[in-house]
Amino acid sequence: MMKRFLPFIIIGAVLLLAIGLGWMLVRSTESSSETKLPAEARPETSNSNTPSGANPPHVRGEASAPVTLEEFGDFQCPPCGGLYPELKKLEAEFGPRLRVIFRERPLIQAHEHALLAARAAEAAGLQGRFWEMHDQLYEHQKDWSELKEARTVFEDYARLVGLDMERFKRDLDGPAVETRIFLDGARAHALGFDSTPTLMLNNREVPFATLAKPDGLRAAINTALSGTGP
Amino acid sequence: MTSVPQRLYGIAAAISLVGLGDAIYLTVEHLTGQSVRCTISHGCSEVLSSSYAVVAGVPLAVLGAAAYFSVFSLAILAAFGYRLAGKLLTVLVGIMFLMTLWLTFLQAFVIRHFCQFCLLSALVTLVLTGLVIALWRRMQA
Repeated sequence: MMKRFLPFIIIGAVLLLAIGLGWMLVRSTESSSETKLPAEARPETSNSNTPSGANPPHVRGEASAPVTLEEFGDFQCPPCGGLYPELKKLEAEFGPRLRVIFRERPLIQAHEHALLAARAAEAAGLQGRFWEMHDQLYEHQKDWSELKEARTVFEDYARLVGLDMERFKRDLDGPAVETRIFLDGARAHALGFDSTPTLMLNNREVPFATLAKPDGLRAAINTALSGTGP
Repeated sequence: MTSVPQRLYGIAAAISLVGLGDAIYLTVEHLTGQSVRCTISHGCSEVLSSSYAVVAGVPLAVLGAAAYFSVFSLAILAAFGYRLAGKLLTVLVGIMFLMTLWLTFLQAFVIRHFCQFCLLSALVTLVLTGLVIALWRRMQA
Protein backbone atom coordinates (compact mmCIF):
# COMPACT_ATOMS: atom_id res chain seq x y z
CA MET A 1 0.00 0.00 0.00
CA MET A 2 2.74 2.39 1.08
CA LYS A 3 4.70 1.53 -2.03
CA ARG A 4 1.90 2.77 -4.26
CA PHE A 5 2.13 6.25 -2.82
CA LEU A 6 5.88 6.42 -2.23
CA PRO A 7 6.87 7.84 -5.68
CA PHE A 8 4.26 10.59 -5.37
CA ILE A 9 5.41 11.42 -1.85
CA ILE A 10 9.02 11.73 -3.10
CA ILE A 11 7.93 13.93 -6.03
CA GLY A 12 5.86 16.15 -3.74
CA ALA A 13 8.74 16.50 -1.29
CA VAL A 14 11.13 17.55 -4.06
CA LEU A 15 8.59 20.08 -5.36
CA LEU A 16 8.36 21.64 -1.91
CA LEU A 17 12.16 21.66 -1.56
CA ALA A 18 12.49 23.34 -4.98
CA ILE A 19 10.02 26.06 -4.04
CA GLY A 20 11.83 26.53 -0.71
CA LEU A 21 15.20 26.86 -2.48
CA GLY A 22 13.81 29.46 -4.88
CA TRP A 23 12.31 31.46 -2.03
CA MET A 24 15.59 31.37 -0.06
CA LEU A 25 17.61 32.55 -3.09
CA VAL A 26 15.19 35.43 -3.70
CA ARG A 27 15.41 36.43 -0.04
CA SER A 28 19.22 36.36 -0.02
CA THR A 29 19.58 38.53 -3.15
CA GLU A 30 17.04 41.02 -1.84
CA SER A 31 18.73 41.45 1.51
CA SER A 32 22.18 41.84 -0.05
CA SER A 33 21.24 44.42 -2.66
CA GLU A 34 18.59 46.49 -0.94
CA THR A 35 19.32 48.06 2.36
CA LYS A 36 16.35 48.51 4.62
CA LEU A 37 17.29 52.11 5.43
CA PRO A 38 15.70 54.90 3.41
CA ALA A 39 18.11 56.60 1.00
CA GLU A 40 18.54 59.76 3.07
CA ALA A 41 19.56 57.80 6.15
CA ARG A 42 22.34 55.96 4.32
CA PRO A 43 25.84 57.46 4.22
CA GLU A 44 26.90 58.93 0.90
CA THR A 45 28.61 56.41 -1.36
CA SER A 46 30.94 59.09 -2.67
CA ASN A 47 32.59 61.72 -0.49
CA SER A 48 35.34 64.34 -0.76
CA ASN A 49 38.04 61.66 -0.56
CA THR A 50 36.70 59.81 -3.60
CA PRO A 51 38.58 60.53 -6.85
CA SER A 52 36.39 62.94 -8.78
CA GLY A 53 36.76 61.33 -12.22
CA ALA A 54 37.51 63.10 -15.50
CA ASN A 55 37.16 66.86 -15.24
CA PRO A 56 34.98 68.47 -16.47
CA PRO A 57 32.49 65.60 -16.49
CA HIS A 58 29.95 65.08 -19.28
CA VAL A 59 26.80 66.70 -17.95
CA ARG A 60 23.33 66.99 -19.41
CA GLY A 61 20.89 69.30 -17.62
CA GLU A 62 20.99 72.35 -15.36
CA ALA A 63 23.74 72.85 -12.78
CA SER A 64 21.05 73.96 -10.29
CA ALA A 65 19.06 70.71 -10.62
CA PRO A 66 18.20 69.26 -7.18
CA VAL A 67 18.74 65.70 -8.41
CA THR A 68 21.93 64.48 -10.09
CA LEU A 69 22.14 61.01 -11.59
CA GLU A 70 25.67 59.83 -12.29
CA GLU A 71 25.80 56.84 -14.64
CA PHE A 72 28.82 54.56 -14.87
CA GLY A 73 28.21 53.00 -18.24
CA ASP A 74 29.63 50.64 -20.84
CA PHE A 75 28.40 51.34 -24.37
CA GLN A 76 28.48 47.63 -25.24
CA CYS A 77 26.58 46.41 -22.17
CA PRO A 78 23.02 45.48 -23.22
CA PRO A 79 21.38 46.63 -19.95
CA CYS A 80 23.11 50.03 -20.38
CA GLY A 81 21.58 50.19 -23.84
CA GLY A 82 18.23 49.35 -22.26
CA LEU A 83 18.61 52.07 -19.65
CA TYR A 84 19.36 54.72 -22.30
CA PRO A 85 15.76 55.29 -23.54
CA GLU A 86 14.52 55.12 -19.93
CA LEU A 87 16.89 57.90 -18.90
CA LYS A 88 15.85 59.99 -21.91
CA LYS A 89 12.23 59.65 -20.83
CA LEU A 90 13.05 60.64 -17.24
CA GLU A 91 15.09 63.64 -18.43
CA ALA A 92 12.14 64.86 -20.49
CA GLU A 93 9.77 64.26 -17.62
CA PHE A 94 11.75 65.94 -14.82
CA GLY A 95 13.18 68.73 -17.01
CA PRO A 96 15.32 71.23 -15.05
CA ARG A 97 15.02 69.19 -11.84
CA LEU A 98 17.23 66.37 -13.16
CA ARG A 99 20.87 66.48 -14.19
CA VAL A 100 22.66 63.48 -15.72
CA ILE A 101 26.40 62.79 -15.65
CA PHE A 102 28.04 60.05 -17.69
CA ARG A 103 31.20 58.24 -16.54
CA GLU A 104 33.15 55.75 -18.63
CA ARG A 105 33.21 52.24 -17.16
CA PRO A 106 34.08 50.01 -20.13
CA LEU A 107 34.14 46.36 -18.98
CA ILE A 108 37.01 45.44 -21.26
CA GLN A 109 37.17 41.81 -20.08
CA ALA A 110 33.56 41.24 -21.04
CA HIS A 111 33.09 43.38 -24.17
CA GLU A 112 35.59 43.53 -26.98
CA HIS A 113 34.53 46.92 -28.40
CA ALA A 114 33.70 48.63 -25.09
CA LEU A 115 37.02 50.44 -24.80
CA LEU A 116 37.03 51.66 -28.40
CA ALA A 117 33.44 52.85 -27.98
CA ALA A 118 34.43 54.78 -24.85
CA ARG A 119 37.36 56.26 -26.80
CA ALA A 120 35.06 57.26 -29.65
CA ALA A 121 32.67 59.02 -27.25
CA GLU A 122 35.52 60.82 -25.49
CA ALA A 123 37.13 61.80 -28.80
CA ALA A 124 33.80 63.32 -29.82
CA GLY A 125 33.75 65.04 -26.43
CA LEU A 126 37.02 66.80 -27.28
CA GLN A 127 35.08 68.45 -30.10
CA GLY A 128 32.11 69.22 -27.88
CA ARG A 129 29.92 66.42 -29.27
CA PHE A 130 30.12 63.81 -26.50
CA TRP A 131 26.34 63.39 -26.04
CA GLU A 132 25.70 63.16 -29.78
CA MET A 133 28.18 60.27 -30.02
CA HIS A 134 26.87 58.74 -26.76
CA ASP A 135 23.37 58.67 -28.30
CA GLN A 136 24.62 57.12 -31.56
CA LEU A 137 26.52 54.39 -29.70
CA TYR A 138 23.58 53.43 -27.51
CA GLU A 139 20.93 53.70 -30.22
CA HIS A 140 22.87 51.45 -32.57
CA GLN A 141 24.41 49.19 -29.92
CA LYS A 142 23.03 46.01 -31.49
CA ASP A 143 24.43 46.96 -34.92
CA TRP A 144 28.06 47.24 -33.86
CA SER A 145 28.31 44.94 -30.82
CA GLU A 146 28.55 41.74 -32.84
CA LEU A 147 30.90 43.07 -35.50
CA LYS A 148 34.45 41.78 -35.74
CA GLU A 149 35.73 45.30 -36.23
CA ALA A 150 33.93 48.42 -35.01
CA ARG A 151 36.29 51.27 -35.90
CA THR A 152 34.77 51.91 -39.33
CA VAL A 153 31.27 52.12 -37.88
CA PHE A 154 32.40 54.52 -35.16
CA GLU A 155 34.00 56.69 -37.86
CA ASP A 156 30.65 56.70 -39.67
CA TYR A 157 28.95 57.93 -36.48
CA ALA A 158 31.64 60.59 -36.08
CA ARG A 159 30.93 61.81 -39.61
CA LEU A 160 27.21 61.73 -38.90
CA VAL A 161 27.48 63.94 -35.80
CA GLY A 162 29.64 66.38 -37.77
CA LEU A 163 33.11 65.87 -36.33
CA ASP A 164 36.39 67.00 -37.87
CA MET A 165 37.43 63.56 -39.09
CA GLU A 166 41.18 64.13 -39.18
CA ARG A 167 41.11 65.21 -35.56
CA PHE A 168 38.71 62.42 -34.51
CA LYS A 169 40.96 59.72 -35.96
CA ARG A 170 43.98 61.23 -34.22
CA ASP A 171 42.22 61.66 -30.87
CA LEU A 172 40.73 58.16 -30.91
CA ASP A 173 44.12 56.67 -30.06
CA GLY A 174 45.48 59.73 -28.29
CA PRO A 175 46.46 60.36 -24.67
CA ALA A 176 43.74 62.95 -23.86
CA VAL A 177 40.99 60.39 -24.39
CA GLU A 178 42.91 57.73 -22.52
CA THR A 179 43.43 60.00 -19.50
CA ARG A 180 39.72 60.78 -19.22
CA ILE A 181 38.77 57.09 -19.35
CA PHE A 182 41.45 56.29 -16.79
CA LEU A 183 40.21 59.01 -14.40
CA ASP A 184 36.58 57.87 -14.64
CA GLY A 185 37.82 54.32 -14.08
CA ALA A 186 39.73 55.39 -10.96
CA ARG A 187 36.52 56.89 -9.58
CA ALA A 188 34.52 53.72 -10.37
CA HIS A 189 37.25 51.59 -8.83
CA ALA A 190 37.37 53.66 -5.62
CA LEU A 191 33.60 53.34 -5.32
CA GLY A 192 33.80 49.57 -5.91
CA PHE A 193 31.60 49.72 -9.00
CA ASP A 194 32.41 46.63 -11.08
CA SER A 195 29.18 46.23 -12.99
CA THR A 196 27.25 48.42 -15.38
CA PRO A 197 25.07 50.36 -15.43
CA THR A 198 25.76 51.58 -11.90
CA LEU A 199 23.94 54.77 -10.97
CA MET A 200 24.46 57.23 -8.19
CA LEU A 201 21.60 59.49 -7.20
CA ASN A 202 22.91 62.57 -5.39
CA ASN A 203 26.11 60.66 -4.57
CA ARG A 204 24.32 57.58 -3.23
CA GLU A 205 24.47 54.30 -5.10
CA VAL A 206 21.14 53.18 -6.53
CA PRO A 207 20.63 49.49 -5.58
CA PHE A 208 20.28 47.09 -8.52
CA ALA A 209 16.97 45.89 -7.13
CA THR A 210 15.66 49.44 -7.68
CA LEU A 211 16.81 49.38 -11.31
CA ALA A 212 15.28 45.95 -11.81
CA LYS A 213 11.82 47.22 -10.85
CA PRO A 214 9.83 48.97 -13.55
CA ASP A 215 9.56 52.61 -12.47
CA GLY A 216 12.03 51.95 -9.62
CA LEU A 217 14.33 54.74 -10.77
CA ARG A 218 11.46 57.19 -11.24
CA ALA A 219 10.27 56.47 -7.69
CA ALA A 220 13.82 56.98 -6.35
CA ILE A 221 14.06 60.37 -8.10
CA ASN A 222 10.67 61.39 -6.73
CA THR A 223 11.75 60.43 -3.22
CA ALA A 224 14.92 62.49 -3.57
CA LEU A 225 12.91 65.46 -4.88
CA SER A 226 10.44 65.32 -2.02
CA GLY A 227 13.37 65.39 0.42
CA THR A 228 14.90 68.52 -1.06
CA GLY A 229 11.99 70.91 -0.57
CA PRO A 230 9.13 72.22 -2.74
CA MET B 1 16.49 -6.36 -4.91
CA THR B 2 16.83 -3.49 -7.37
CA SER B 3 17.27 -4.21 -11.05
CA VAL B 4 19.77 -2.42 -13.29
CA PRO B 5 17.11 -0.27 -15.04
CA GLN B 6 15.73 0.72 -11.65
CA ARG B 7 19.17 1.82 -10.55
CA LEU B 8 19.70 3.76 -13.79
CA TYR B 9 16.37 5.56 -13.29
CA GLY B 10 17.44 6.34 -9.72
CA ILE B 11 20.70 7.84 -10.97
CA ALA B 12 18.79 9.87 -13.58
CA ALA B 13 16.48 11.20 -10.84
CA ALA B 14 19.45 12.17 -8.65
CA ILE B 15 21.26 13.91 -11.52
CA SER B 16 18.12 15.78 -12.56
CA LEU B 17 18.11 17.32 -9.07
CA VAL B 18 21.45 18.98 -9.88
CA GLY B 19 19.85 20.42 -13.01
CA LEU B 20 16.79 21.51 -11.05
CA GLY B 21 18.85 23.37 -8.43
CA ASP B 22 20.91 25.02 -11.18
CA ALA B 23 17.83 26.09 -13.14
CA ILE B 24 16.22 27.53 -9.99
CA TYR B 25 19.39 29.52 -9.31
CA LEU B 26 19.38 30.84 -12.91
CA THR B 27 15.69 31.73 -12.66
CA VAL B 28 16.30 33.81 -9.54
CA GLU B 29 19.36 35.45 -11.13
CA HIS B 30 17.32 36.25 -14.21
CA LEU B 31 14.44 37.73 -12.26
CA THR B 32 16.39 39.67 -9.64
CA GLY B 33 18.96 41.57 -11.52
CA GLN B 34 21.49 39.72 -13.67
CA SER B 35 19.38 40.74 -16.62
CA VAL B 36 19.72 44.43 -15.69
CA ARG B 37 23.49 44.62 -15.39
CA CYS B 38 26.83 43.57 -16.89
CA THR B 39 29.70 42.40 -14.71
CA ILE B 40 33.39 41.82 -15.28
CA SER B 41 33.54 38.48 -13.53
CA HIS B 42 31.38 36.18 -15.63
CA GLY B 43 29.37 36.01 -18.79
CA CYS B 44 26.06 35.10 -17.14
CA SER B 45 24.73 38.64 -17.35
CA GLU B 46 25.51 38.70 -21.09
CA VAL B 47 23.74 35.40 -21.59
CA LEU B 48 20.80 36.09 -19.27
CA SER B 49 20.26 39.60 -20.60
CA SER B 50 20.36 38.47 -24.24
CA SER B 51 17.17 38.19 -26.24
CA TYR B 52 17.65 34.41 -26.34
CA ALA B 53 17.11 34.07 -22.59
CA VAL B 54 13.38 34.67 -22.93
CA VAL B 55 10.93 32.66 -25.04
CA ALA B 56 7.47 34.17 -25.49
CA GLY B 57 7.86 36.21 -22.33
CA VAL B 58 8.96 33.24 -20.22
CA PRO B 59 12.57 33.11 -18.99
CA LEU B 60 14.30 29.99 -20.37
CA ALA B 61 15.54 29.21 -16.87
CA VAL B 62 11.92 28.72 -15.75
CA LEU B 63 11.35 26.27 -18.61
CA GLY B 64 14.58 24.53 -17.58
CA ALA B 65 13.42 24.18 -13.99
CA ALA B 66 10.09 22.76 -15.17
CA ALA B 67 11.90 20.33 -17.49
CA TYR B 68 14.26 19.05 -14.78
CA PHE B 69 11.39 18.67 -12.34
CA SER B 70 9.52 16.63 -14.97
CA VAL B 71 12.61 14.48 -15.57
CA PHE B 72 12.86 13.83 -11.84
CA SER B 73 9.17 12.90 -11.54
CA LEU B 74 9.21 10.62 -14.59
CA ALA B 75 12.43 8.90 -13.51
CA ILE B 76 11.02 8.22 -10.04
CA LEU B 77 7.80 6.85 -11.50
CA ALA B 78 9.74 4.71 -13.99
CA ALA B 79 11.91 3.36 -11.18
CA PHE B 80 8.70 2.27 -9.45
CA GLY B 81 7.61 0.39 -12.52
CA TYR B 82 5.45 2.83 -14.45
CA ARG B 83 6.21 1.87 -18.06
CA LEU B 84 4.67 4.94 -19.68
CA ALA B 85 6.83 7.23 -17.51
CA GLY B 86 9.95 5.60 -18.92
CA LYS B 87 8.80 6.26 -22.48
CA LEU B 88 7.89 9.87 -21.76
CA LEU B 89 11.27 10.33 -20.08
CA THR B 90 13.05 9.22 -23.26
CA VAL B 91 11.08 11.72 -25.35
CA LEU B 92 11.58 14.59 -22.87
CA VAL B 93 15.32 14.04 -22.52
CA GLY B 94 15.57 13.85 -26.32
CA ILE B 95 13.96 17.28 -26.64
CA MET B 96 16.17 18.68 -23.85
CA PHE B 97 19.26 17.34 -25.62
CA LEU B 98 18.35 19.16 -28.85
CA MET B 99 17.58 22.35 -26.89
CA THR B 100 20.95 22.09 -25.13
CA LEU B 101 22.77 21.77 -28.47
CA TRP B 102 21.04 24.93 -29.72
CA LEU B 103 21.70 26.93 -26.52
CA THR B 104 25.36 25.95 -26.36
CA PHE B 105 25.71 26.93 -30.02
CA LEU B 106 24.16 30.33 -29.21
CA GLN B 107 26.58 30.91 -26.34
CA ALA B 108 29.60 29.94 -28.42
CA PHE B 109 28.88 31.66 -31.72
CA VAL B 110 26.16 34.27 -31.31
CA ILE B 111 26.34 35.74 -27.79
CA ARG B 112 30.03 34.78 -27.62
CA HIS B 113 29.93 34.55 -23.83
CA PHE B 114 29.63 31.45 -21.70
CA CYS B 115 27.63 31.33 -18.51
CA GLN B 116 29.02 28.61 -16.27
CA PHE B 117 25.62 27.82 -14.80
CA CYS B 118 24.19 27.32 -18.29
CA LEU B 119 27.13 25.02 -19.07
CA LEU B 120 26.42 22.99 -15.93
CA SER B 121 22.87 22.52 -17.17
CA ALA B 122 24.23 21.38 -20.54
CA LEU B 123 26.43 18.83 -18.77
CA VAL B 124 23.50 17.49 -16.74
CA THR B 125 21.40 17.07 -19.88
CA LEU B 126 24.29 15.32 -21.60
CA VAL B 127 24.59 12.80 -18.76
CA LEU B 128 20.83 12.29 -18.75
CA THR B 129 20.96 11.62 -22.49
CA GLY B 130 23.66 8.99 -21.90
CA LEU B 131 21.54 7.28 -19.23
CA VAL B 132 18.44 7.28 -21.42
CA ILE B 133 20.40 5.75 -24.30
CA ALA B 134 21.79 3.07 -21.96
CA LEU B 135 18.26 2.28 -20.74
CA TRP B 136 16.90 2.17 -24.26
CA ARG B 137 19.58 -0.29 -25.39
CA ARG B 138 18.78 -2.54 -22.44
CA MET B 139 15.11 -2.52 -23.44
CA GLN B 140 16.04 -3.45 -27.02
CA ALA B 141 18.27 -6.32 -25.90
